[in-house]
Amino acid sequence: MSTHNPFFDPTLKKRHLADKIFKFVALSALLIAVSFLVIFFTDIISKGLPSYKQAYVNLPVTYNKDTVADSSYAIDEEHYELVSRAWYRDMPMYATAHPEVMNKTTKEWVLADDEVDQYLKGHAHTLTDEQKVVVDKMIKEGSVELQFNSIFFSTGDSKIPENSGFLSSVVGSILTIFICIAFAFPIGVMSAIYLEEFAKQGKVSTFLEININNLAAVPSILFGLLGLAIFINLFGMPRSSALVGGLTLGLMTLPVIIVAGRTALRSVPASIRQAAYGLGLTKWQVVKDHVLPLGMPGILTGSIIGIARAMGETAPLIIVGMIAFIPDIPTSFTQASTVMPAQIFTWAGMPEGAYVERVSGAIMILLGVLLTMNALAIYFRKKYEIKW
Amino acid sequence: MKFDIKTKARTPINANRQIKVQSEDLKLWYGQKQALFGISMDIYKNSITALIGPSGCGKSTFLRCLNRMNDLITGVNVDGKVIIDGKNIYDRDVDEVSVRKKIGMVFQQPNPFPKSIYENVSYAPIKHGIVKKGSDCDELVENSLKSAGLWNEVKDILKNPGTGLSGGQQQRLCIARTIAVKPEVILMDEPTSALDPISTEKIEELMIELRKDFTIITVTHNMQQAARVSDYTAFFHLGKLIEYADTESIFVNPKIKQTEDYITGRFG
Repeated sequence: MSTHNPFFDPTLKKRHLADKIFKFVALSALLIAVSFLVIFFTDIISKGLPSYKQAYVNLPVTYNKDTVADSSYAIDEEHYELVSRAWYRDMPMYATAHPEVMNKTTKEWVLADDEVDQYLKGHAHTLTDEQKVVVDKMIKEGSVELQFNSIFFSTGDSKIPENSGFLSSVVGSILTIFICIAFAFPIGVMSAIYLEEFAKQGKVSTFLEININNLAAVPSILFGLLGLAIFINLFGMPRSSALVGGLTLGLMTLPVIIVAGRTALRSVPASIRQAAYGLGLTKWQVVKDHVLPLGMPGILTGSIIGIARAMGETAPLIIVGMIAFIPDIPTSFTQASTVMPAQIFTWAGMPEGAYVERVSGAIMILLGVLLTMNALAIYFRKKYEIKW
Repeated sequence: MKFDIKTKARTPINANRQIKVQSEDLKLWYGQKQALFGISMDIYKNSITALIGPSGCGKSTFLRCLNRMNDLITGVNVDGKVIIDGKNIYDRDVDEVSVRKKIGMVFQQPNPFPKSIYENVSYAPIKHGIVKKGSDCDELVENSLKSAGLWNEVKDILKNPGTGLSGGQQQRLCIARTIAVKPEVILMDEPTSALDPISTEKIEELMIELRKDFTIITVTHNMQQAARVSDYTAFFHLGKLIEYADTESIFVNPKIKQTEDYITGRFG
């Protein structure tokens, strides 16, 4: 160390300190972002997972003429309140469909009331002290248990919390997004091709470009009003339907796809176009066989991001009536239906604890679907990416 | 400066030489800016004509006028005539797509399509209906690659992407792709400026070989190259054709001072 250091720089210490501070600030920012994400996911998952389980009670059920006429007599008085109203409603239909159960009293698992369910899960509930004693006794006997909540995954919305499910809105979302893609993707891509490859660069195309960019930034609820005015009022399409919702979301996604498409086409190297034109190819041959394949990964990525945004969109759909109460699973594009985020919005406004946990459970499904879509986008992009 | 002029490789210049391309008072504007000021020159069949001149002199612009590639740029206006085989290609009844089929082009940067070597060559002939997929097409691909001197290097890897070849091979692939369409004139826009000397030499040999079947017009910044390969040389400056004669006259005994200054490296 005694030797002279020719690299000694007195300012260096200070400059390195600035480095460290900068690194620390950047790292803290990242940590804050990550911790929020972690909090969000733990909260959603811890609240949502219980909704995939549902309480059932094992009780003697009496099937006979009287109980079928008034199903409230099918369960003894002590346990009457513990059974779901949905079960009482459906029991006569079940008995009619299965005559072999008639005139017997059998012990069977029946859907419990949502308050029993919440009590079992340790959430806030409205059970009276007497009811609690009964339930505690049943827990000891093993005649109350949390089973897989098949109702949640196989039915639509219900005013009875324990009977409400998410499937109708999943199907509604699929139908709506199908319409959205079928409408917005071809029109968006063809518009991008026209603007980028055929339109003369001039005042008109600049004007169009500015307006399309503006449209991409218009608040989504305005597209809902546009959809209401055009598709429902002018064209008379059925309101609340996947058709109208899909077209409205399509209008919203269209500018995003056009902008993404133009950017992707513009990034195709000019040398490829020149090579193709130099061989005496027509515009359509050049675009179809050379420009479009090279631009496709970019177009797909932009489009899928736009469509994923449409999938999570609620505001414009409220305007066209897709916030409706939909107990049945839609089977056509013109039937009234709802979508996942709208269903979440509806449930989030409900006071019962069963709905609160269903909100988180539904968010988990929605996030799962969106992540799957993004994964698909990456897969398609990699698959169609042309190696240079 | 001395130039190595390979006189024996040249077409004998005789009175019977045929004119292939004739430009008459060709003017061109990029928007308001005039880039070509009345270029008139005759380009002879089965010869190599080199266009030389400093950057921005209009030689590439002139070259691109000959197959109407400038039509692709918005704001370009062309006035004057380019007569090929007795027909002005700027006449209203001429489709620029058919012009480009007859007048092929090779660019400065090798630009093979991101497709296989085979498809690079076969794509345009199939689209033009010259061949159908199958043995005819295989034959055309083979012949084109042979003419471009690339066949032996790629015959076993025809399915590999054309973009995986080396720069010089890519440029020869582009030449093969161009001759597969069976053009009569090939325009080359600085075809070797992105290549190493060995690849350049191969391309130059190829140009001399191709002269038998095609009329070649090439733009080059490399004076040595113009001297080595071309039969005729045209010197452009500021959008004007300054001097045009057979290569030997231009390099050995230029008539105009500007030409002499340029080729001896005094300006440019």
